[in-house]
Formats: sequence, structure tokens, C-alpha cells
Amino acid sequence: MSKRNFRLSKRSSQWLAFSLFRLVSFSIVGVLFVILGFIIVRGASAISWEFLTGMPKNGMTEGGIFPAIVGTLCLVAGSIVFAFPIGVLSGIYMNEYLKENWFKKTIRSMTNNLAGVPSIVFGLFGMALFVHSLDFGDSILAGSLTLGLMVLPIIIRTTEEALKSVDDSLRLASYALGATKLQTIRKVVLPIAYPNILTGLILSVSRVSGETAPILFTVAAYFLPRLPNSIFDQVMALPYHLYVLTTSGTNIEASRPMAYGTALVLIIIVLLVNLLANAVRKYFTNKLS
Amino acid sequence: MADVKVEAKDFNLFYGDFQALKHINFKAEEHTITAFIGPSGCGKSTLLRSFNRMNDLIDGVRTTGTTLVNGISVYDKAVNVDELRKQVGMVFQKPNPFPKSIFENVAYGLRVNGVRDKHLIEERVVTSIQQAALWDEVKDKLKKSANALSGGQQQRLCIARALAIEPSVILMDEPASALDPISTAKIEELIYELKQRYTIIIVTHNMQQAARVSDYTAFFYLGELIEHDETKTIFTNPKSLQTQNYITGRFG
Repeated sequence: MSKRNFRLSKRSSQWLAFSLFRLVSFSIVGVLFVILGFIIVRGASAISWEFLTGMPKNGMTEGGIFPAIVGTLCLVAGSIVFAFPIGVLSGIYMNEYLKENWFKKTIRSMTNNLAGVPSIVFGLFGMALFVHSLDFGDSILAGSLTLGLMVLPIIIRTTEEALKSVDDSLRLASYALGATKLQTIRKVVLPIAYPNILTGLILSVSRVSGETAPILFTVAAYFLPRLPNSIFDQVMALPYHLYVLTTSGTNIEASRPMAYGTALVLIIIVLLVNLLANAVRKYFTNKLS
Repeated sequence: MADVKVEAKDFNLFYGDFQALKHINFKAEEHTITAFIGPSGCGKSTLLRSFNRMNDLIDGVRTTGTTLVNGISVYDKAVNVDELRKQVGMVFQKPNPFPKSIFENVAYGLRVNGVRDKHLIEERVVTSIQQAALWDEVKDKLKKSANALSGGQQQRLCIARALAIEPSVILMDEPASALDPISTAKIEELIYELKQRYTIIIVTHNMQQAARVSDYTAFFYLGELIEHDETKTIFTNPKSLQTQNYITGRFG
């Protein structure tokens, strides 16, 4: 084979590979846009001021979804308040204090297993422990704790990875200046890792606001047209409300537009939270460089 | 005889089963510069890190014998490591400023050691940056991030950072090996200046550098201190054949 031919085939295989990569990437983005577009087109007409701020009416075929929005926000806040500190502290312990040994490996594989547990199992566990054994009843508290447990592994893992990516030479520099380990973690390591730790938070918020199974038996109300008074109240929540509207409402056909509207609101909330977290992340990153 | 600032007495260090340092006896007097030379893996950096116990951070390190700084036995159980490291500044091979402002980089050592007085911190930051011959280049941008500086400037900032806590000894682990020749010249000049106030030990792979900046040179080979003498003597009339072979570039 001549040299020239060989070159050409190298180039064309290159072209083929790139085309394939491009095609795959575009089709993924494409699917995402189709889903988003579908929901926006179907749901936009349902969205109104009343829809966002009103109570559901007339067998949930009219009115709004305000209690579900508030419920989901409560659950997000509650689960993060519970899971974020615990997750971050565990992550710090894992990466900064524990040496690479069987104990750490065990914790890590447990964490990974926990991340792989189906969310309905968390729901059952939450019901058994929080709702019944601890007698919290169907409540924001029980739901938040259940959701918190579910996202704990995500927060631990991202924290650990975030800390791992901090250059060791900075730790050494800090020690060499007479700083203790705790000072080094607080003043050097954590500020650098914040942006990536926040990524864990973003992922968690998205998961928490979208999950239905863990709240099914722990907090979610089928129909509760009022706002919660305490953490021991039940609430409606967007994903469960969506499920109800689509499968078990009094008049499914009539409540269909409400369902798409709910889906759109849910997506927008997740999007807004992501944007907010990204802005915070950017702020921290800029502060560092 | 001047004060002995840094010392090793029959010092051995093991990484697991591997003996990295063998029966090291060494002394460095006040206000001198000692260069540690030798091929990679000869133990010179390990010995350097045994003077401020940075080796503690590595798993499986074991030591026998003693190293002393200011007459205090470094590996003594009663020694507070953080206090010890305050007396021994360290400059690393790659510039490693914190991703903070220039000011905060230098202030860091003071802050972690409990200095709260703002005026004192400010004063020390300024003097340290001046001592590190960096003041003219950064005086207008102390609030800017240290990452925006060039590699050579970053390394001088790291030196300033080490000076701020007023150590008596400064350990430098190939401080100029990641820098261009002009920055290297500046660092060498600076090291020479610093001799007035500090006792300096510098690990280097650059023979010219050792010859240019140091008063004394110690040659290490396979974990042993082969020869330690005035730099002049080492480079013109070494006693050991190994030393001679190494400095003339025949191995290493």
C-alpha cells in the first residue's frame, strides 16, 4: 500500500469517528429538547397567576398547585438542611482524616451501595423508621429525612471528590507554615473545594425535588388545599401531584392540562435552583482566581 | 564557632523496609547556606523534610537518631509540630501559592499562628514581600490573586510567605527548578541576601547553582552523606571519588 493511501484512510477514519461522536452528542441534546419542548408546548397554556398561587379546585381539574409548590420547596429545604452538613462532614472525614484502609473501603462501598438503592426502598424504610417507629407520622419531617438519606451518598461522594482534587502541595504549604490540620482544611482546602461541593448540592436538590417514591408513604398528600403549619404537617408535592393528576385524579382527561403545567413548573423550579447554585459556584470560583 | 542551627545526629529514616537515610551526621551554622546535592533518590530531600517533620505526612515512615533545630530535638515526643514548623520555613519545588490574594498568602502563616493585630500583620506582610524582593512588582496589586503572578514571582511570594512567620531556618527544595533562567537568577540573588538573617538549606540538582549560592555543600549518595565541606573545597578539591564523579557529571 502506498504511503498516500495510508494517510487518506487515517484521515477518513478520523472523520468517521468525529462524525459519530458529533451525531451521538447531538441526538442526546435533541432528545432533551424534544422532551422540554413537548412539556413547554403542552404546559404553557395551563400556567397562569392563579395556577401558581391558587389552591386546587373542582377535583383538581381547575385552580392551582400552590400547596404542591410550597410542599416541594419545604421538602427540598428540609432534606438539604439535614443531609448537607452530615454529607459534607462525612466527606471531609473520608478524604482528609481516614487513611486508605479496609475501614475506608468499607465505608466507601457502603456509600456507593446506598446510592444505588432504589428510591422506593428509601420510601419504605422512611415509613418504617420515621413515620411509625419514631412516630413522626406522615409529615414534612419524615419526608425530608427520607429524602435526605437518599441524597446523602451523592453529597458524600461529591465532597470527597471535590477535596481529592485539591492540590496536595497546598496542604503541605499550609502545614509548613505551622497550620494545624483543621486550620488547613478550613482555610485552604474547603474554600478551594466549595464550588465542586456545591455541585453535589445541585444534584441533590434536583433529585429531591423530582423524586416521588420516597415521599409516597412519608409525607405526600393526595389532596390538601392548605399550607403546612409545622414540620409535622403533611404536604402536597409537585412530583406526587403530577402522578395523581395523570393516574388517579377524579377526572383524568380534564386534569391533563394541569398535569403538564405541573410538570413545567417542576422543571422550571429545578432549572432555577441549578442556575442559582451555578451562580454561587461561579462566584466562589472567581473569588479564588 | 558560630551557633549550630540545624543538626542531624546518627539519623536514620526508613520508608517501610527501605532505608532512605543512613547514619546521617550533619551540622549547619547560623547565617550560612548549605547546598544538598546528589542524584535523584539519594535522600537529600528526605533529610530536608526531616528538619520540619514534613515526612510525618507519609505513611510508614520510621526514624532513629535525632535531628535538631535550634538545639531542640525535632522528633522528641514533647515537641509541638506546629510550633516547630513556625521556626522552620519551607519553600517547595513548584511554586504553590494559595488561591488567595497576594496579601492573604503572606498573612496566612501569621493568621494561623494566632496573630490578630491588623497593623502588625500589615507591617509583616510588607516587610516580608520586601525581603523577598517582590515589593516593587506587587505593591499596587496586593489584593489581586496570587495566581495571576508569573512562576518566578509566585516562588518569591512563597518565600515571602515563609519569611512572614519569622523562622530562623529556611529549607528550600529545588526552589528554582521549575523556573526560567531569569527568575532563577533572581531567586539565587534573593537566597544570597537572605543569608544575613537566616540559616538556609537548599536542595538542588543544579551544580552551578550550588557553587554560586552556597557556603557549604553536602553530597549525598544512596542515603549516605558522602562528603560535607566548604563549597569551594567540594567543587575544586573533593576528597571522595564519588563526589568528584558526580560534580563533573560522570554519573547521576
